[in-house]
Amino acid sequence: MDAAQNIAHEIQHDLESDGDQFLTFILAGEEYGVDILRVQEIKGWDSVTPIPNTPEYIRGVINLRGTIVPIIDLRRRFQLEAVEYGPMTVVIVLRVENPDGGKSRVMGLVVDAVSDVYNVPEGAIKAAPDFGSVVDVNFVQGLATLEDVMVIMLDIDRLLNADELSAVEHII
Amino acid sequence: MSIDMEQFKVTFVEESLEGLDIMESVLLDMHPGATDAEAIDNIFRAAHSIKGGAATFGLGDIANFTHVVETLLDEVRNGDRDITQDAIVLFLSSVDCIREMLSADQNGEAVDHAHIEQIKAGLDEMLGSEQESETVPAEDTAPTSSASPDNGWEIIFKPFPGMLRTGNDVVRMFRELAGLGDFTAVVDTENLPPLVDMDPEEAYLSWHITLNGEIDKAQISEIFEWVEDDCELEILPLKGGDTETVVNDITEETSPAELQIASPPPERRVEEDRRQQPARKTTSPESSSIRVGIDKVDDLINMVGELVITQSMLSQLGEDFDMNRVERLNDGLAELERNTRELQESVMRIRMLPISFAFNRFPRMVHDLSAKLDKKIELTMSGEQTELDKTVMEKIGDPLVHLVRNSIDHGIETPEARKAAGKSETGVVNLNAYHQGGNIIIEINDDGAGLNYEKILAKAIERGLVGANEELPEEKVYELLFEPGFSTADVVSDVSGRGVGMDVVKRNIMALGGRVDVKSVPGEGSTFTIRLPLTLAILDGQLVRVGDNTYIIPLVSIVESLLVDQKNVNEIAGKAEVYQLRSDYLPIIRLYEVFGVEPDKRSLDDGLLVVVEGDSKKGGLLVDELLGQQQVVIKSLETNFRRVEGLSGATILGDGTVALIVDVAGVVRLSREDERCSNNQIVAA
Repeated sequence: MDAAQNIAHEIQHDLESDGDQFLTFILAGEEYGVDILRVQEIKGWDSVTPIPNTPEYIRGVINLRGTIVPIIDLRRRFQLEAVEYGPMTVVIVLRVENPDGGKSRVMGLVVDAVSDVYNVPEGAIKAAPDFGSVVDVNFVQGLATLEDVMVIMLDIDRLLNADELSAVEHII
Repeated sequence: MSIDMEQFKVTFVEESLEGLDIMESVLLDMHPGATDAEAIDNIFRAAHSIKGGAATFGLGDIANFTHVVETLLDEVRNGDRDITQDAIVLFLSSVDCIREMLSADQNGEAVDHAHIEQIKAGLDEMLGSEQESETVPAEDTAPTSSASPDNGWEIIFKPFPGMLRTGNDVVRMFRELAGLGDFTAVVDTENLPPLVDMDPEEAYLSWHITLNGEIDKAQISEIFEWVEDDCELEILPLKGGDTETVVNDITEETSPAELQIASPPPERRVEEDRRQQPARKTTSPESSSIRVGIDKVDDLINMVGELVITQSMLSQLGEDFDMNRVERLNDGLAELERNTRELQESVMRIRMLPISFAFNRFPRMVHDLSAKLDKKIELTMSGEQTELDKTVMEKIGDPLVHLVRNSIDHGIETPEARKAAGKSETGVVNLNAYHQGGNIIIEINDDGAGLNYEKILAKAIERGLVGANEELPEEKVYELLFEPGFSTADVVSDVSGRGVGMDVVKRNIMALGGRVDVKSVPGEGSTFTIRLPLTLAILDGQLVRVGDNTYIIPLVSIVESLLVDQKNVNEIAGKAEVYQLRSDYLPIIRLYEVFGVEPDKRSLDDGLLVVVEGDSKKGGLLVDELLGQQQVVIKSLETNFRRVEGLSGATILGDGTVALIVDVAGVVRLSREDERCSNNQIVAA
């Protein structure tokens, strides 16, 4: 009993001191991170069913064990140059919380490749500088330097919340 | 008793509620003066079963109350009393009262005694106004009967000939009586016919019983509870002197007093019930049971039987399979498919109930409200048999009530105003329901004054919802009605006008994935249209292909499919294409344009046109190929994404890929917008 408690304490301690775990992925040479607790699964790219009259970055929907899950191409979302999907292209399936307290959604992000899992100590994430109108930093939670690489921590709730998605530029 | 009475009680409550519904609907159809014997019998029967049941389950209050109602009804049935408007109203409020008591007992809530007493006083008064001479002595005897005489009781029990046919057993009753005290019975065989004339199912004997000991009269009455209408019964205290003679007819009048004694005081009862049923209280009404016709269940059992046969056939086939048996395998799989589909349909049908369950409450409501508001209103209903999922039905009830109340209170004018406007004095509220695509549409229509555009706009400006000089299209203005706290009623009545409700209506409907629209013509009335999805709905769909994409068009919205004959294609102003189909002109909607995908070919020559109808607008959808028809399970796009115009959802095909379900009305709308946009561009250029 005592031993178990000690272990539990240690784990607790480790978790506290090491901060949160982040999954990082590569997109156009940059490394981005998302909270690992939000990641449901990582799967290879497979064909999707496109949805008419939606922005180009919404590739379509897939059948994820009976639920319909929208897939978003992050390159196109960030208006980066689109590339051909290759064997390394993966879809990260994430749970997105609704900031208004509504039901959470499940969405998939197409990224170039997954990279690593890091423990990010508390305080290691620094606020992103304001770039004014050049880059929208709304969905950047902050920047962190991990093992000499700068990782851009994404606020996926902001990035993928419904309002962002429904703010569709009208394609005429 | 070792039997769990609770389970019977649940059935009793359900049956009683049904009985009350019957009473209510019959009462509403009744007209003062005209006595329809069958109708009265119906009400009487319902009241009688409720009374009997309530007494069995120890619900003294209800039994007591229902008894008075029953007595009155009995008089009406025997022609001793005319049915007056007052009587109908009184009976209706009694129905409410019983319903209230039942639900209070079930939920362990306190009953509004004052209210019940008030109605009961009304009933007693009506009863008393003609029967004073009989009721008063009955009341007087009540106290004497409560004090149990020391010596016991003398019971004269003469069953009517038919008593045994109702399943009552004299021997058992006597056995119970014997359990109460020192029991002696003297049989009277006077009426016994000779053996040749005897019908073994008839009761010929009567008894003179003496029961010694300290016994409460109520205990004896309880034993005779079920037969009191089928026999002549006298219960007399043995002590001689103050003889209390109760013949059958008068038993009716005395029973309330007795029953009151039999049951514990009401306050205590409520507390007891609370203690007994803490779990019941937490269960939501939505989890309540569902009554399914036995035929539906039999169907299911048959189908499961077939499924088992098919399954065993397939597994036998699988044991030593070779290629020669592919044919049989295919047959088996086809069989399995049919079984599965039928099973699925049957299971779905169990959850579906006709919408009349939700509509039934309205005749009563309209009746009450029109009396209250001094308006003449006729309620018409159509499409009551339209089936709807039970959960949706439960949740749509309250919004419907709100809308109908609104129509009556705000919509329909007073008879004078109607006359002045050249309309008939009686306003009409119409409820209509029908299926359209995967939706059920419920319309609430009135022929009243219609919505007042100016007034709503003025109110909206006053409340700061709209800028002072803003021009708003009509629909937008009507949508303001659904804003919280918005009311244009000049006078707040207890019917409506407080401005709570419409926003709740909208929220509830939205929560069900539906929407509500308003249409109104000043002076002619307004229509509220509720559009609800049939949840869990399975859709019969036509699979069509456009380029690489497969779409599903709901079969119900397809009128026909045809090959384009270039002769019949016309262009209006060189832009909008129409197709002449017999005497109709259909706009041609190129699905690839609306959905922005790459088709096989763009020319209309030999193209396939699927003629569809949505929102009563027709159109021809140009597709590349018709694939097949199949049932699909509707999956929401909104769960993880959002609503997409032109699509009503998605589904998963046999190969695991996702196919989108076309919302026909939405596509027709989209195509018009496209045209308008392109027309605007032309104008701009």
